[in-house]
Amino acid sequence: MAQWFENLWNGIQLWAADFAAEFELNFIKGNRWKWLLDGLQNTLVITFFALLLGIALGVVIAVIRSTYDKNGETMKRRGGIGYVLLKIANVICNIYLTVIRGTPMVVQLMIMYFVVFASSNNSIMVAVIAFGINSGAYVAEIFRSGIMAIDKGQFEAGRSLGFNYIQTMWYIVVPQMFKVVLPTLCNEFIVLIKETSVAGYVGIMDLTKAGELITGRTFSYFMPLIAVAIIYLILVVILTRLVGLLERRLRKSEH
Amino acid sequence: MSIEKEILIDVQDLHKSFGSIDVLKGVNAQIRRGDVMVVIGPSGSGKSTFLRCLNLLEDPTGGKVFFEGVDITAPKTNIDRHRQKMGMVFQQFNLFPHMTILKNMTIAPMKLLGKSKAEAEAKAMELLTRVGLADRANAYPSQLSGGQKQRIAIVRALCMDPEVMLFDEPTSALDPEMVGEVLEVMKELAHDGMTMVVVTHEMGFAREVGTEVVFIDDGVILEQAAPNEFFSNPKHPRLKDFLSKVL
Repeated sequence: MAQWFENLWNGIQLWAADFAAEFELNFIKGNRWKWLLDGLQNTLVITFFALLLGIALGVVIAVIRSTYDKNGETMKRRGGIGYVLLKIANVICNIYLTVIRGTPMVVQLMIMYFVVFASSNNSIMVAVIAFGINSGAYVAEIFRSGIMAIDKGQFEAGRSLGFNYIQTMWYIVVPQMFKVVLPTLCNEFIVLIKETSVAGYVGIMDLTKAGELITGRTFSYFMPLIAVAIIYLILVVILTRLVGLLERRLRKSEH
Repeated sequence: MSIEKEILIDVQDLHKSFGSIDVLKGVNAQIRRGDVMVVIGPSGSGKSTFLRCLNLLEDPTGGKVFFEGVDITAPKTNIDRHRQKMGMVFQQFNLFPHMTILKNMTIAPMKLLGKSKAEAEAKAMELLTRVGLADRANAYPSQLSGGQKQRIAIVRALCMDPEVMLFDEPTSALDPEMVGEVLEVMKELAHDGMTMVVVTHEMGFAREVGTEVVFIDDGVILEQAAPNEFFSNPKHPRLKDFLSKVL
């Protein structure tokens, strides 16, 4: 029995020493932990700005599409340039949604980097644009379903006070819409954070790429990849918590 | 009769159809300053649609609506400006749930009339005091009862200093014991000389407060008279039938 414990103890010691050596090799030596830190920074920067771009695009597209769905008929009957513009905008939005949602993110990113912005060497900016445009398509549909879920009476109340269409959307419908879609939106952000892991395809050192670089140097896979996975996990957990807090604050008006 | 009073809203041959269903089939009506026009009729008769056409929440398919002499059905008219002067109260209150009561009442005057926050809030508090809800200024709509919500909805519209108030079945969604408090506010409003168009099933209100009572059935006005005449001496057989069922 004592022998068995001794073996176990030796085993643990060996494993610990091995772990320490691996840790040293993968993270300490050559300051490789800094690679992860830089990668993390790039991931965060890309995600954050892509998120802003996606939300901005999403709101505009959702408003255009829901306006067309709800008021298209009335505007058509009344005629005028407004309807023609709305119809054109709606067609453009539909094409955008179809193309972006119908093609893989990696392909879009590479097209952006190697074709559209071939002359730019600011790869982070290109990534922000590519991920933002991609996310915008999904966010737009989330927002649109949110707008459609707001009671028609809210809209009528706004209009009857004298707000124009855009003001009614801005002051009355969109704030309520955000509350409705927050959980779904959070989900989209989580997807976006993880999706930026393909940024390495266009030579950006994001978190995933940093992990990959370390494995390329050290030829060990376990530790760098697990470290990367844990960092993503922590990011997602933090984000989920923050959104939970925000949701609770917004719900104050419902008690 | 008050023929010398200025015509505030003039409705001429109003038509409205939803798809192939004709809801309004040529409605003519004049609402004069200070009038309290009460619109009654069976459900589905088009009375709510008539009211909603007055501020173009429904877009008429034919005919014209003049407000203060301006044809608001003309495509070039800036309807938003005219709506500022036409307060509307809905069956379902439609308070903004994400704003406090005070914010509900001040957002439109601040954004549309350019009033300062202090100015708008002073006016809102004054109105809230009048309807006995000053202590709820910082509550959210979900914390109020139906009757309270509807009183807020009325004073929210009043914050814009409207020329006319449109009421779309304001008490139909209320529990019976709350109907009184809302009607009380509307009566006071009428006493103060507000021009009102009220779609309602409250015959008592029509008789007591109305200056004109209108019976709409099947998309046309079948009878229009002063309340006494209207209720004591109905002429149209459909109105007789209707009154016999509701009175």
